[in-house]
Amino acid sequence: MALARRTGIGLLRGLALALLTPLGMPLFVLRIFGLILVPLGMGLLVFVPSTLAVRALANLHRRLAGQWLGVPVPQPYLPPPHRGVIGLVKRMVTDPATWRDQLWLLLNVPVGFFLGVLPLGLLANGVRGVLTPFAWSPNGAGPRPGALGGVDYVGIPLTSRENAVAAFPIGLAFLVALVWLTPWIQRLHGRFHHALLGPTRRSELASRVRRLTETRADAVDSSAAELRRIERDLHDGAQARLVAMGMNLGAAERLLDEDPAAARALLVEAREASVAALQELRNLVRGIHPPVLSDRGLGDAVRALALASPLRVEVEVELPGRLDPPVESAAYFAVAELLTNATKHAGARQAWVDLKHEDGVLRMTVADDGHGGADPSLGTGLRGIERRLGTFDGTIFVSSPVGGPTVVTMEVPCTVRR
Amino acid sequence: MRVVLAEDLFLLRDGLVRLLQAYGFEIAEAVADGPGLIRALVEHRPDVAVVDVRLPPSFTDEGLQAVLEARRQVPGLPVLVLSQYVEQLYARELLADGSAGVGYLLKDRVFNGDQFIEAVRRVAGGGTALDPEVVSQLVARRSREEPLGRLTPREREVLELMAEGRSNAAIAQRLFVTEKAVGKHISSIFSKLDLAPCDDDNRRVLAVLAYLNG
Repeated sequence: MALARRTGIGLLRGLALALLTPLGMPLFVLRIFGLILVPLGMGLLVFVPSTLAVRALANLHRRLAGQWLGVPVPQPYLPPPHRGVIGLVKRMVTDPATWRDQLWLLLNVPVGFFLGVLPLGLLANGVRGVLTPFAWSPNGAGPRPGALGGVDYVGIPLTSRENAVAAFPIGLAFLVALVWLTPWIQRLHGRFHHALLGPTRRSELASRVRRLTETRADAVDSSAAELRRIERDLHDGAQARLVAMGMNLGAAERLLDEDPAAARALLVEAREASVAALQELRNLVRGIHPPVLSDRGLGDAVRALALASPLRVEVEVELPGRLDPPVESAAYFAVAELLTNATKHAGARQAWVDLKHEDGVLRMTVADDGHGGADPSLGTGLRGIERRLGTFDGTIFVSSPVGGPTVVTMEVPCTVRR
Repeated sequence: MRVVLAEDLFLLRDGLVRLLQAYGFEIAEAVADGPGLIRALVEHRPDVAVVDVRLPPSFTDEGLQAVLEARRQVPGLPVLVLSQYVEQLYARELLADGSAGVGYLLKDRVFNGDQFIEAVRRVAGGGTALDPEVVSQLVARRSREEPLGRLTPREREVLELMAEGRSNAAIAQRLFVTEKAVGKHISSIFSKLDLAPCDDDNRRVLAVLAYLNG
């Protein structure tokens, strides 16, 4: 039953895709026409809309290839340039994906159509073959003209009862082939779309380079900002206190003989300033790289974070060893930021942190029972995490419906040092 | 009183040796790394060990690990751990075996010689010396919840000082009240937190810390 259902769905989907193929022809012609007219100026009015239409059609097929045929096809287009309409047109003309789309429009008519209707053809031949012996009439010399029509079946002249009976197993074979081959045909159909609509190795590399350029710029920016913050903190904090301490000590030195009591008071002040300066340096160090992180690694550092948090935090860690220090640090600060958000913005009482390393990927889940409503596109904190993890090709996914709960899942590909 | 000292920075080690000697301690050995520390602790079995958390060769929490290992071999060995920063997780691990004679202080506390020496003596005597920073974090974490929220501000103060490991007399002196008043506060705290009252100072501190860490 499930087999019949699967085959039926495959057949209908193939048919639907086959019916879409003629749509490509007018677009194909229109775009060529538009391109020829571009030098005359007017062509743009044809070329740009037709290209957009082609892309919409191609994107529909990319989506359907993933949903129906089991072959997801990513978009290969170059991102639009920043400047103007002319740049946009230029990018459209020079993007190799545009021309691979055009080729696809052409080839999809025979190939896409054929692969789409193939299951239907198998079904029709199968049904006809199976029914032939029952429809064949022994009266008269030839086959009875009827619903099944025709004078032969797949090349067998239906002139005798034996031949008509022989059509039965052949028809059965067609039906078996239909059930057997439909998933395979679908995959082949998907691969056809992937070959022309998917990114080539070259465009894949190009988009990888683009992504690396972006994340590298982000990394440089954020580390520069971080250095400025450290400089400012040192300047306003510990450095200022050390200056005050030096002045107090100098004054105490001068007063030592004349007014020992005043000198003593200044010395006490100096000692207190040194304690405060140390406190500030400690906080600063914690913000740069918490010592427990280098001592014990991510698992214990997150446990320490949980202990310091005003929330009740349950921590679950499954890490087979230490991660690379930069990944550890990015992951730690991501979790710290999320716990702070849960406390400050979500009004949570309890939070859960789950760290796991599996198949070369660090998976981190931070959940809280707060009132939700966190929007990654608005919160600078979440954007910051995204950027920080992006440097390591990491991703963040936020689910935070209004009313809660908030669940944030982060993944960073990385290796474990055992 | 015999002390084993572990500190890798020469200047600080030297300063600590002089400070302890000035207060009449005898330095059994002053070491500069983790493996040396375990050996010295097991060999000398000092009255108290004063140990820096971060020691060579790994420059991680080597001192803490050495102390925990030594306490496994010599149960109840009094240790006072010093650190540039205090970490709840480490305080928890030091207190985990439930036996007394544990100290965990910020290094800056050394600046105040009298108080530091008092803490060393307390730990040597089987008491506890937790840094106020550790304690205030512990209390702050639980203070939003019942029943800690029911304590009066003064009771909270007494609780914090008690969790640091101070005796009734020291608390009374600190808060400018009589020892009797401190005793009253303490029995009130114990009944509010639903802890069994006990007279032994050290056991009482451990009970409070176990409660706060729970």
